[in-house]
Amino acid sequence: MSDIRSTTENGSRETESLGHVVPLRVLLAVWFALVLLSLATVGAVRVDLGSLNLWIALAIAFVKATLVGLYFMHLRYDQPFHAIALVGSLLFVVLFVGLALLDTTHYQHEMIPGYAPAVRP
Amino acid sequence: MNGSTAVADNYLSHGRGFRSWFFTLDHKRIGVMYLASIFFFLILGGFFAMLIRTELLTPGRTIMDADTYNQVFTLHGAVMIFLFIIPGIPAAFGNFVLPVMLGAKDVAFPRLNLLSYHLYVVGAIFSVVSILLGAVDTGWTFYTPYSTTTHTSVVSMTLGAFILGFSSIFTGINFIVTIHRMRPPGMSWNRLPLFLWALYSTAIIQILATPVLGITLLLLIVERLLGIGIFDPALGGDPVLYQHFFWFYSHPAVYIMILPAMGVMSELISVFSRKHIFGYKAIAYSSVAIAVLSFLVWGHHMFTSGQSDLGNMIFSALTFSVAIPSAIKVFNWLATMYKGSIRLDTPMLYALSFLLLFGIGGLTGLFLGALATDVHLHDTYFVVAHFHYTMMGGVLIAFLGAMHYWWPKMFGRMYSEKAGRLAAFLVFVGFNLTFFSQFVMGSQGMPRRYYNYVDRFQSYHVLSTIGAYVLAIAFVVLAGNLIHSLFRGRKAPANPWGSATLEWMCASPPPHDNFAEPPEAGDPYDLEHLVYDESIGGYAPRTAREGA
Amino acid sequence: MRRLENGAAHEIPHHFATPRQAYESGKLGMWIFLATEVLLFGGLFAAYAVYRGNHPEIFIYAHRFLDSRLGALNTLILITSSLTMAWAVRSAQLGNRRLLTLLLALTLLGGCAFLGVKVVEYEHKWKHGLLWGKRYRPHPAETAQEHPSAAEVLREAPLGDRTNIPPAAIGPSGLAFSADETRAGHADAEEPRNVQLFFGVYFAMTGLHGLHVVAGLLVIGWVFVRLRGGAYGPSNFEAVDRAGLYWHLVDLIWIFLFPLLYLIH
Ligand code: HEM
Ligand SMILES: [Cu+2]
Repeated sequence: MSDIRSTTENGSRETESLGHVVPLRVLLAVWFALVLLSLATVGAVRVDLGSLNLWIALAIAFVKATLVGLYFMHLRYDQPFHAIALVGSLLFVVLFVGLALLDTTHYQHEMIPGYAPAVRP
Repeated sequence: MNGSTAVADNYLSHGRGFRSWFFTLDHKRIGVMYLASIFFFLILGGFFAMLIRTELLTPGRTIMDADTYNQVFTLHGAVMIFLFIIPGIPAAFGNFVLPVMLGAKDVAFPRLNLLSYHLYVVGAIFSVVSILLGAVDTGWTFYTPYSTTTHTSVVSMTLGAFILGFSSIFTGINFIVTIHRMRPPGMSWNRLPLFLWALYSTAIIQILATPVLGITLLLLIVERLLGIGIFDPALGGDPVLYQHFFWFYSHPAVYIMILPAMGVMSELISVFSRKHIFGYKAIAYSSVAIAVLSFLVWGHHMFTSGQSDLGNMIFSALTFSVAIPSAIKVFNWLATMYKGSIRLDTPMLYALSFLLLFGIGGLTGLFLGALATDVHLHDTYFVVAHFHYTMMGGVLIAFLGAMHYWWPKMFGRMYSEKAGRLAAFLVFVGFNLTFFSQFVMGSQGMPRRYYNYVDRFQSYHVLSTIGAYVLAIAFVVLAGNLIHSLFRGRKAPANPWGSATLEWMCASPPPHDNFAEPPEAGDPYDLEHLVYDESIGGYAPRTAREGA
Repeated sequence: MRRLENGAAHEIPHHFATPRQAYESGKLGMWIFLATEVLLFGGLFAAYAVYRGNHPEIFIYAHRFLDSRLGALNTLILITSSLTMAWAVRSAQLGNRRLLTLLLALTLLGGCAFLGVKVVEYEHKWKHGLLWGKRYRPHPAETAQEHPSAAEVLREAPLGDRTNIPPAAIGPSGLAFSADETRAGHADAEEPRNVQLFFGVYFAMTGLHGLHVVAGLLVIGWVFVRLRGGAYGPSNFEAVDRAGLYWHLVDLIWIFLFPLLYLIH
């Protein structure tokens, strides 16, 4: 597990400035990429790809989120543990959604055949 | 510092008056305030328990009507869970000892810590107000659709629980950051006391699970106030989804309760067996393993709720896996005791009770985790007995053990060993009387949360009620003993039990700032170098004594 | 109290040994707090997933009532305010006070604009009775006029076929009322059942997100007010940094909300 141990051990760190200054160029480039990707999501729904549409939209959102996290939120330059916290929390959300969806994907239309059958509207 | 006398300025005497306590940033005072509040709610919850047991003494009406009974058992559960057992060990003892164990002056965010306590108070007020406004009768689980239709004050109670959730989250954040960033020189992760490993794992759960409780209760509140319809079948909503939400928090929450208790156990077993803990790493990592696995099993509360078959099977299989890290801990404790010179002081009596009772509680959990048996046992007294063996036989007993273990450190006084042991014995006997009978009647089909029952269960209910009264007496003895010690107790030495963790290196009670300089941390379970010193009535490092 | 070599006088709390320890602790604490926020929203995403999985037809139908142009506009606004916020952190680190003031002001403006657009959207839904659960009272004739695309989906294919969980026949009496029992009369015959579910989810998600935007604005506003006292410098920019992290998280969540709610296929 990563952390900077109590800094008394490592005096040299103290002379460094706190935090990393992200170059302006990078910030603007990220912003530009985010705008492009947003337009891409809007464009992507117009193409009919069946259930793939949802996954494409989610994939684009993940790329955007990654960009925001890495550069705007400094994760790329930070303690790795911060990234672990964010990614970890996302994993637990995925776990929650995934296991809760089991009921949906395995819905049984008839528990006892012929008894109170579902009606097709 | 040989600690034979309390330092003149300790945290208790540092500042006087209500404000110096209620607005303190000192983690020790916050811990003490938590302890007092939590103990108060333990007594309140216990009072409701006495009402329940008295009502169940006879079939039909004994002292209250059926609706009141529903309210009383709900209040018992909600108070015990949200106000006693979840904050319990971490907020009271964790706050007090965590920074001292780290040789630090305070937790990383003292203000957040105080805020956490204040939120606890506010949450508690909402919960108590709900009792006055028409106490909730849904059971502590607030299952929809009943909780969205009952006319009792669900909103106030759930708002209280929501606020208490924040309090719990803030404690968790504080503990994680403090453990990460404020360890003293020489304390690598592998020298972290096991109690802190346990608190760390607990904090992970607090961070990841509690927000989901927050959103659950928020949706419930919005459901009642605005009719948002997400959990309401009348509006197309899905009540089973509510159960997913609720148990995604509440199963991990049972590990928020038990992990700190296991941490206490690791300390007690080693110290009172006068032996280095066996399998340090296995115990430490199994805490983290439990924290992670606890998120994978919530569906075992929903085997009979219409969850899909595949879900049932997956959750059942995963449920069994949680038993592995739990058993790892138990076996390591047993191995620690093996060939140790065991001292049966009060804290150790609680530790031994824990071993036995948690063993029973955990194993019966496996019965319930098996699909076929659960269909038979679900919603019977068997479940009630299971979770009382884990929560009361496990967590509460460890809480009492912790209280007797750290009491001298917290207040600088020794209690009467004799009365302490008597209380521990009575707790053990009373507990088993109360709950073992519930296993028996549950397996014979006595349903839980029922006001009435058929005559053939009466003998079990009577036994159970007698047990509850014994427990009440035990608590009177216990509380009397501790309170008496505050006024009449012998002054406590710095290290009465001979423990090697850092909190025992500063005076009892600790000075305001804990340590002037961060102490050098060694192996927290190296007890060999501590020897008993008659003149101070406690333990001191071997070298110090030889030097004297 | 410790004085740092460069920058304003800055106190670090007595229980920290070094400024760096204080800085890293605060930052870690913030990240863990953000993790809790992710899980808070995670619950709503789970509700979304389950209902969309069970009743895709509701989502396909009802999302047509949202204006995806306004959603896209809000996406751009939030992304841009995230940029100004990240830039603000940079200028705080470099000690450029004037730029910092300007960028924070722009970020605040962005947040307010976002809320403004949201108000327009909410008002439209309110007017047409396109609300959550109990309050769902659509005026089919009017809305059909304004949202031809919704009527269009219905015409293209009967959506009922796409449901994963068709309504059960009234078997043994149970707790659940069927949808038409409760809302008899006003439902458009062709409309899928339980459309109110979509709006329940929509309002829960965007409402909670909106509250977070408000909270973010308050935090940034507080940072902004303290600018006057000259509170920030190269070694003392934590407050700007933390407010920024929070703001980016709010942005992150919207990045997911936008396609999930507005762009359903
Ligand atoms: C080896 C570990 C454990 C296993 C396998 C286990 C398994 C289970 C199962 C399957 C149930 C559901 C029974 C039913 O409703 O039909 C249950 C209920 C319960 N368990 Fe455990 N459990 C374990 C440990 C614990 C611990 C450590 C605690 C608390 C500290 C706990 C507290 C509870 C509570 C409160 C309930 C009932 C909740 C309610 O319905 O009100 N369990 N357990
Ligand atoms: Cu469980």
